[in-house]
Amino acid sequence: MMRTPLRPLARILEARQKGENPDVIERENRHLRHEQMRDKSRMRAEGRLLVLGVMFFCAFGVIGARMGTIAASEPAEPRATATGASIVASRADIVDRRGRVLATNMDTHSLYAHPQQMIEPERTAKELARIFPDMDEADMARRFADPKKKFMWVRKKLSPEQMQEVHDIGEPGLLFGPREMRLYPNGAIASHILGGAGFGREGVHSAEVIGTAGIEKFYDESLRDPAREGAPLELALDLTVQAAAEEVLFAGMKLMNAKGAASVLMDVQTGEIVSIVSLPDFDPNDRPSPLTKGDASDSPLFNRAIQGVYELGSTFKIFTAAQAMELGLVNPNTIIDTRPPFKVGGHKIGEFANHNYGEISVAEIIIKSSNRGTGKMALAIGKARQQDFLKRLGMFEPTPAEIVEASGGKPLLPKRWTDLSAVTISYGHGISTSPLHLAAGYAAIANGGIAVKPTLLKRSGPQDGARVMSESVAAASRLMLRKVVTEGTASFGEVPGYHVGGKTGTADKPKEKGGGYYKDKVIATFATIFPAHDPKYVLVVTLDEPVETSGTKPRRTAGWTAVPVAAEMIGRIAPLLGLRPEFITGQLEGVVRISQ
Amino acid sequence: MRSLLFLLSALAVIGTGYWAYHENYRTQDELDRVDALRRDIGEARERLAILRAEWAYLNRPDRLRDLAEMNYSRLGLMPLRPDQFGVVRDVIFPIPEPVIQITEPVDVTSAGAPQP
Repeated sequence: MMRTPLRPLARILEARQKGENPDVIERENRHLRHEQMRDKSRMRAEGRLLVLGVMFFCAFGVIGARMGTIAASEPAEPRATATGASIVASRADIVDRRGRVLATNMDTHSLYAHPQQMIEPERTAKELARIFPDMDEADMARRFADPKKKFMWVRKKLSPEQMQEVHDIGEPGLLFGPREMRLYPNGAIASHILGGAGFGREGVHSAEVIGTAGIEKFYDESLRDPAREGAPLELALDLTVQAAAEEVLFAGMKLMNAKGAASVLMDVQTGEIVSIVSLPDFDPNDRPSPLTKGDASDSPLFNRAIQGVYELGSTFKIFTAAQAMELGLVNPNTIIDTRPPFKVGGHKIGEFANHNYGEISVAEIIIKSSNRGTGKMALAIGKARQQDFLKRLGMFEPTPAEIVEASGGKPLLPKRWTDLSAVTISYGHGISTSPLHLAAGYAAIANGGIAVKPTLLKRSGPQDGARVMSESVAAASRLMLRKVVTEGTASFGEVPGYHVGGKTGTADKPKEKGGGYYKDKVIATFATIFPAHDPKYVLVVTLDEPVETSGTKPRRTAGWTAVPVAAEMIGRIAPLLGLRPEFITGQLEGVVRISQ
Repeated sequence: MRSLLFLLSALAVIGTGYWAYHENYRTQDELDRVDALRRDIGEARERLAILRAEWAYLNRPDRLRDLAEMNYSRLGLMPLRPDQFGVVRDVIFPIPEPVIQITEPVDVTSAGAPQP
């Protein structure tokens, strides 16, 4: 770069000759040089600013463009992330306690139509009516011809064969959408527990599967939760036992000419419901619609074991006896006078078929099923203590079983708990509970006095419930129950090797419109524990309006109806539960020794 | 010296560029493979679910009961009853097999035998 001197000699000399100040020249040159320097640095600064501006513009431009593309494009899963388990979007399976499938999903297709794309609407309607005989050809043809219709559903679920046939029609206006449907492979088995499922919000490409009843509805949210990652819901039910119980109970119901039946099989320690049956039942794959008129309990959808509350009769007597023993009022050998008359609140308390048992012990009251005997014990116990005991056994609240219908099974209690109520409730009249309530109560006696809450879910250990009676009282009660079978009203209940103990109950059905009881309609119940010397399970069998007609007179008592059915069930079920029959141990003498 | 430095850095830029593109394509290929595998897993899972449902359907207690009844003459299957439990005491001890005295050993090799 050329550097001009501040004091160029030629100009200085010239200025000196003219007598001018040479410093002016220097100042001028200095000034020029400064201007040059200023221009240069400004240029440089402007250049830098420009570069910076361009850089910022580019950076913001890139960010903006990226934002634009992200906002405008279809969302996609990140491809490079290492996911362990992929998201399982389908509803979780329901399995039994041994992992066998009770409810699962199946991929299928739905059929819908775009009428404006149809080429031969009449022929399509005709062909569809041939494939689906329940569809009306004329109605379909009319709807296909409607120019305003752009879209219509034809069928929500198709079998693969039907889909192929529809495909073979070759109509471009018929379209398929993928669907996931709920499948209950075992048909009607455990239908009341599983409930059923239907479609919620529906689109062409998918549809929500939602539970409509039973455990499917109770755990709907949790079954649909993708965070489950498809882990199945494990129930306490055992499919084999459930199937055997349903078969035997159905045969028993037919044999005893009953209109309905229910049974509950429960583990006495854990409260797990291993089998629960309500007949008549239904197929959850094709759930019938609820009754719109008449009695809801006549519908096969009605769960008699959990929803149905009945007066379960003399099966309640053991609770009265157990409480009286627990309070120290009596022991099994205390003699109570059961002779008439026994009047409470102006009402005479009678016995079955007007028997007079005389002066008998507490054990005999249970064995012979004396109403007056338990009534007197109830009066000794008192109303408040009786209510408290039954409340602790769970007889005042709906059962906590995990199905939506369970909340409907609220026990019916007297509005005013009078002395008369106390007496009638002591033998199971005037209080209506579900068979499941009764099973829970018997489980407390069977497991040595711990109240259990029935559950439909598989559990790993025994329940840590509150103690309602002492071990010795529970053992004495079990001995009485065993004697009911060996020498009392349930003589048909003996199953060799299983030492069944139990109590029968026959209650007249109350008239629906009030005003007394039917003379010829009963609820026959047999509540059992087995094996009585070391109870593992409690089984409650209830028959609705049974009548046994092999004798000269029709017989309706539980001893002739529910007991043989229960015995047959135990004979079938106990081996399946892995209980080995014992012929040596557990005889009555052995049980006596334990109770002393 | 300086031009050599320029040349080297230019070559380095070309080299790293090539390497970056190469790695990028390899990653894309791997991702495609992962996608394909994931799709296969999904299909396999779907198939598994259907097979499981079919297994459960074919093993439903009603069907097994009907089959057992239909084939009663051949199989003689009956529901399990309490009297079918056995006691270990009832099982007879195995009778010891008589020990065969081998006096004249025979060569039993198949070497050289014709193929069936």
